[in-house]
Amino acid sequence: MSTANTREASAELIARFPEIHPPFDQVSAITEANRCLYCFDAPCTAACPTHIDVPRFIKKIAQGNLRGSALTILDANILGASCSRVCPVDVLCEGACVYHRYNKQPIEIGRLQRHAMDAFHQNGAAVPRKTTEQRAGRVACIGAGPASLAFAAELRQRGFAVTIFESKLLPGGLNTYGVAEYKLRSSDSLREIELIRALGVDFRFGAAISGESSLAQLEKEYDFVFLGIGLGVIRTLDIPGGNHPGVVDALKFIEGYKTGGKLAVGRSVVVVGAGNTAIDAARAAVRLGAEDVQILYRRDEQSMSAFLFEYEQAKREGVGFHWWAKPVEIRHSQDKQKIEAMECVHVQAASDGSLGEISGSQFQISCDMVIPAIGQSPLLEFLQACRGVRTESGRIVVDRLTGRTAHSKYFAGGDCVNGGREVVDAVADGKRTATAVAALLEEVHA
Amino acid sequence: MPDQNIAPDISVRFAGKIYSPNPFWLASAPPTNCGEQVMRAFDAGWGGAVWKTIGDPIVNVSSRYSSVDWNGQRMMGLNNIELITDRPLEVNLREISEVKKRYPKQAVIASLMVESKREAWHQIVQQSEDAGADGLELNFGCPHGMSERGMGSAVGQVPEYTEMITSWVKEKARTPVLVKLTPNISDIRVVARAAKRGGADGLSAINTINSITGIDLDTFIPRPNVDGKSSHGGYCGPAVKPIALNMAQQVQGDPESQLPLSGIGGISDWRDAVEFLLLGCSNVQVCTAVMHYGYRIVEEMADGLANWMREKGFSKISDFQGLSLARVQDWKHLNLNYKIVARIHEEKCIGCQLCYTACWDGAHQCIHMDRAGTSNGHHATPAMREAESRQHIAMTPIPKLDHASSGNGAEPFATPLARIPRVDEVECVGCNLCSLVCPVEGCITMEQVDNHLPSQSWEERTANSSNSARKCD
Repeated sequence: MSTANTREASAELIARFPEIHPPFDQVSAITEANRCLYCFDAPCTAACPTHIDVPRFIKKIAQGNLRGSALTILDANILGASCSRVCPVDVLCEGACVYHRYNKQPIEIGRLQRHAMDAFHQNGAAVPRKTTEQRAGRVACIGAGPASLAFAAELRQRGFAVTIFESKLLPGGLNTYGVAEYKLRSSDSLREIELIRALGVDFRFGAAISGESSLAQLEKEYDFVFLGIGLGVIRTLDIPGGNHPGVVDALKFIEGYKTGGKLAVGRSVVVVGAGNTAIDAARAAVRLGAEDVQILYRRDEQSMSAFLFEYEQAKREGVGFHWWAKPVEIRHSQDKQKIEAMECVHVQAASDGSLGEISGSQFQISCDMVIPAIGQSPLLEFLQACRGVRTESGRIVVDRLTGRTAHSKYFAGGDCVNGGREVVDAVADGKRTATAVAALLEEVHA
Repeated sequence: MPDQNIAPDISVRFAGKIYSPNPFWLASAPPTNCGEQVMRAFDAGWGGAVWKTIGDPIVNVSSRYSSVDWNGQRMMGLNNIELITDRPLEVNLREISEVKKRYPKQAVIASLMVESKREAWHQIVQQSEDAGADGLELNFGCPHGMSERGMGSAVGQVPEYTEMITSWVKEKARTPVLVKLTPNISDIRVVARAAKRGGADGLSAINTINSITGIDLDTFIPRPNVDGKSSHGGYCGPAVKPIALNMAQQVQGDPESQLPLSGIGGISDWRDAVEFLLLGCSNVQVCTAVMHYGYRIVEEMADGLANWMREKGFSKISDFQGLSLARVQDWKHLNLNYKIVARIHEEKCIGCQLCYTACWDGAHQCIHMDRAGTSNGHHATPAMREAESRQHIAMTPIPKLDHASSGNGAEPFATPLARIPRVDEVECVGCNLCSLVCPVEGCITMEQVDNHLPSQSWEERTANSSNSARKCD
């Protein structure tokens, strides 16, 4: 695609994906900051997986010390800027705000955090190193997603050499490729990672690590290897027509419009699944111009993994929901060029929880695009090559406090360990693990 | 109880002579700068106005005001370096006369400041009364500018000058004379007594307090900035009310000072006004609140006062004037055996733990976080507790991944028991601090504990003691 086209595409992207949480202006930020009670041993801080000292950074905003505020945030969470945009604050810090028990609006912690971080980035500030010393000890990370970035930044700040191997051409993992654009723009994700690169973390892009031999090479060259590999591709719809080119999995779809300039969408779209990624895909389809967007889920609201606020927002934007239904077949036109409809059937749960089709309940949704969002599969093939790293149901088993795997060379964090949670969980994993690895490096190179 | 259908009478007659339909006067300040303003103020409901001080011609500077904001609230305190009126004397006198003609029921007081010469004072008294002023207020309080020229607080800080000029004014005056006192003195009673000796019919207090409100951290120039320099100004607004209340009590509690007093200082609403009246003031004067919100605030003040009086069964102002005076005593008369302790009402607690940290760092370490089992019990310091929390691994709750339900058993209150502080009532000294920092109305109350000890003051305790050298440290 030519540069002119790319520019056009990104302008259209910005127009179609306005931010859902606009930034505070200076006065509103200070007014909101002054509402904070400055709780002791604050529940918001406890609820945050990275334990950002929330009352402290808010107090600093109230006192006009935006740099200090941002550094307080970064000290706990190196991806404080993206977390301020993508965190499900309703179930984390803001959900824990004591104001809920006082019939008051909780403090808008996410937006305040963004206020401090935006100012930090606008001023072109750098993340400080914790030491100027270059220390012995080399560590490799596989994958440049949030877990690896947090892990790498922490060790680099302490003076250790860190190299990140990433198969894609851009860093950030889902932050750059997979988060809905109205929450976090790829450009904001990259701007934040630039600070980590500036610390001296070595990034190797297009560097696919797979197979025992390349892993063996890493083991030889580095003291420790951090696995921040995330999860694999979205599971495919195993039904007739499931492999039609008009079927685009949710992450590919999101990646396509965010970084690939693919702004085309069907007129009628069916998204299968009711997790947060399904919601992101459905809302993106609405923004890209789909006239009719339906979500199909085999259970009901109570069982869906999407956060309630995401679901409510999607409903407000006109996304339709079919509960207790599953796809049976995807029908296409005679020339096979276009999808025409999805055949579905209603299901019900038996007493043991298993789902059974309700006979005679077949129905059809006419559509020209299908987006499966039925969960990412684990990277089983890769994990099999990491011999000695124990897994359980596709997740790497680690010691929660240190991120240590069953193999003494390997540490791990993020989605590949927790099964797919939030950016902030990955950052917490990465940072905790880095602290443990730093202690080991000091031991090894004492 | 008076008839609930009859509106309480909130009119006052200051010093027995100056009538106003309500106790709310505008203080001598920018809101009373000209006749047009004062008439609009009377239309809005103000009971009286003390005219912006008239006297010898002056020149003002720009800028003139600066303020102190607090926690997002504007103008908790206001500072000014404006002098007395900069309009010609004859214009002010003509307008006073016009206002009096159009508004005979409202009180118009002329605030006066001239050089310390008997003839000058005689002349301005004559002119003001001829214009129709209902009373005179001698401005012995202005702390900036005029004081450098031997006027304002330069007079009010020297009892002899105060007495002398007051007596000159009294030689001539036919209307009541109020002396406005400066708070910029170590004991306001010394000057109040001098004014009384000079024959004053009443007092007004307080004038503004010497202040520098702040400094611009980029230019290093204090505010307000007048071409790169500043000068100390006079501080007023909500921030000064406690200082003003204390001074009102000092004057009203001292027989040698006691005169009808017009209370001034940070009065922003009817509750502030009632407090001054309870300490014996005859009426109140308001400035900063009007400069902030305009004349319209008087409606809420008059309405609030009348409703409170109705609720309390008072039919006129004098029914409650001075009721709290006897409740202010020297410390030595306070009952040493009175014991109160803090009670936390668990059902209202929101778990902010501000009382806990306040008690540990600012009081007597008798509030503890030990309702739910932690290893350290009540011996853990706040820092230890915080460190323990940070060790805890938190995760975003995702129902699909969190198989074990996070059911934390039956908690008796909305706030987890682990976050509700506990008061050690034996150790609690009843200082009030926790109840002051608690953001929730009625969550921490201070309850009296019956210790079966008879009332005993310090004076009583030491009177019986042979050791008269005991002192407080």
